[in-house]
Amino acid sequence: MSQGNAAAEPAEAARKSGGNLERALRQGHFAVTAELGPPRGWDAAFVRKKAQILKGWVDAANVTDNQAAVVHMSSIATGLLMIEEGLEPIIQMTCRDRNRLAMQSDLLGAAAHGVHNLLCLSGDHQSKGDHPGAKNVHDIDSIQLVAMVRAMRDENHYQNGRDIPGGGPRLFIGAAANPFADPAGMRPYRLRKKAQAGADFIQTQLVYDVPRFREFMKKVVDLGAHERVAILAGVGPLKSPGMARHLRLNVPGMAVPESLDARLEAAVKGIAGDDKTARSTAWREEGKRICVELIQEIREIEGVAGVHIMAIEWEEAVPEIVKAAGLRSGTQG
Amino acid sequence: MDPFHPEVVAFCCRHCAYAAADLAGGKRQPYPAAIKIVELPCTGRIDVVNILHAFEDGADGVLIAGCLNGSCHYIKGNLYARQRLDYVHGLLGEIGLEAERARMINISAAMGVQFAELAGEHVETVRALGPSPLRRKIKQGEAA
Amino acid sequence: MIVAEKKPLDAIARMLDGCGRVLAVGCGTCVTVCFSGGGKEVATLAASLRMKRRMEEGKPLEVTEAMVQRQCEWEYLEPLAEQIKEYDAVLSLGCGVGVQTLAERFPATRILPALDTLFMGLPSAQGVWEERCQGCGACVLDKTGGICPVSRCAKQLFNGPCGGSQNGRCEVDAALPCAWHMIWERAEALGMTESLMAIEAPKDWATSRDGGPRRMVRDDLRLPAEQGQEGGE
Repeated sequence: MSQGNAAAEPAEAARKSGGNLERALRQGHFAVTAELGPPRGWDAAFVRKKAQILKGWVDAANVTDNQAAVVHMSSIATGLLMIEEGLEPIIQMTCRDRNRLAMQSDLLGAAAHGVHNLLCLSGDHQSKGDHPGAKNVHDIDSIQLVAMVRAMRDENHYQNGRDIPGGGPRLFIGAAANPFADPAGMRPYRLRKKAQAGADFIQTQLVYDVPRFREFMKKVVDLGAHERVAILAGVGPLKSPGMARHLRLNVPGMAVPESLDARLEAAVKGIAGDDKTARSTAWREEGKRICVELIQEIREIEGVAGVHIMAIEWEEAVPEIVKAAGLRSGTQG
Repeated sequence: MDPFHPEVVAFCCRHCAYAAADLAGGKRQPYPAAIKIVELPCTGRIDVVNILHAFEDGADGVLIAGCLNGSCHYIKGNLYARQRLDYVHGLLGEIGLEAERARMINISAAMGVQFAELAGEHVETVRALGPSPLRRKIKQGEAA
Repeated sequence: MIVAEKKPLDAIARMLDGCGRVLAVGCGTCVTVCFSGGGKEVATLAASLRMKRRMEEGKPLEVTEAMVQRQCEWEYLEPLAEQIKEYDAVLSLGCGVGVQTLAERFPATRILPALDTLFMGLPSAQGVWEERCQGCGACVLDKTGGICPVSRCAKQLFNGPCGGSQNGRCEVDAALPCAWHMIWERAEALGMTESLMAIEAPKDWATSRDGGPRRMVRDDLRLPAEQGQEGGE
């Protein structure tokens, strides 16, 4: 991978956040982020263990915010444990659970504790989660959240326009994009809109259909959006043909080619049907191989600045994938 | 001896079931005395509240007899009746009455024998369920 | 129209436990046209309640059926003023506004809701009603092609669809169309997609329910005496 040019790096004061992710992107590295799912209880050791697995292999790791609308340990609190372990967090924040007051106060607190990155999301609808009777907030939407945080950082004011005493939090701002959701025609423009609102980086939905992603990226590049925002393509290892089917059929806005199911099926040829452990291992090995191949293909697409590896409840796969894809040797922090 | 003499209100469409009942009579094909016929221009005329009032006034069962599907004189009246009966089934459940007490059949004017058979079948269903609890309670109410 | 639906019969029956005489009042406006609180629905509910009470062998229940043209205005409730005193409770088959108008006009009587008020909407097909407005107090339909992102997007997004939109359907329920998919298609058809490129600023929800219960005043329509009473003149 390319070496950073120290001379090209701006002075610390000119930087937005002071974090690893921003530094890696500014230096022109192919950025790698992963995902750390907080526990459903308050077990700090669980977080520390996962953080140790990812540490050194990624520039930063997302911490999900009540993912799938199911209650988990707070993303900011989990992020603080990660910082203690030496893994830089990207705090995810949904518009579902907080109004603009709560968002701003939480971000001030997060910044005070050394958080450098924020990912702004709408959030899965609560009807899909474990508290379907909850009232959602949606005071502002994800693009408005991006714009609000950018103004806090760059103009030192709250959403209401009033000055933040001592200046705004220094956050590197991310947003999500789903190249496979509908209406397809609007998606590249929506990504550009996020860039215009002030997003510094974009992480995409899981990419399995590379030709479709390439088509999407071509439009993004034609719009020039890739010059304003660093785009990290989402990838993730499949665990089984069942998972591929589930993603394709049950997750709105997911494109998973059926050829991948066939590849996973082929991986267990010759293994006895009742040897569940051997089959699962074979599937997972093939899943990681597919993931590495996807990274290598995606890396060549114009406008892609990095990858975001989502290995849901399978953090151990991340170092192997990163190493096999030739992205890191495992010594960086 | 069975002391229970069920009473079933039969809402019959003039174009089919009512004529079929007539035909059954003409052919001396007996149908149960429990059946009390109410003539309608079409089963599509029936309203949810008509069925409820029949039960409220003490009927042990309700039969809606309309034309064969596709043969309604007013095109879809029998289909509307079927949907309303489905709705009534839900209400009967909420009230605490057995949904089986209300049933719909579809026949033509030429099906006198079948009318007698199906009506008899429904009367037997109702007989097996026993007297409407409402009927029992009307009597208690009157006595009180 | 305001769309409402009947509460479960058992819930209504439990409200009436201990009552002997009940006046069931329908409303001739919105809830009549959405088939939840018109004359037929009053008759159906009255018969159901009488039968349910008989089945439960409680105190016999007498339910008298009544209709008013509009439950949400005191003037229309006047015809009930005399008879209402004879009942242990009034069961309103009006929307939540109707129930409250009755309660305000007749403070000495128990007024109970027979319906759950759902939304402001329209009949999209026979037997189907859909939400169209949440009364946010600051209409944005000019910017969204006449399709409301406040009432029709499950996440109330103002800057485009979330990642869960697929094949024109909402991630919350495949029976629901994605509002932003429709907004985009409408903009394409009208050649106005450029208007969706601007970033819509955070909404001022103060005009919505978030600003507290709302009130509208037209001074030109008020009676002079009442204006004076508020100390404004």
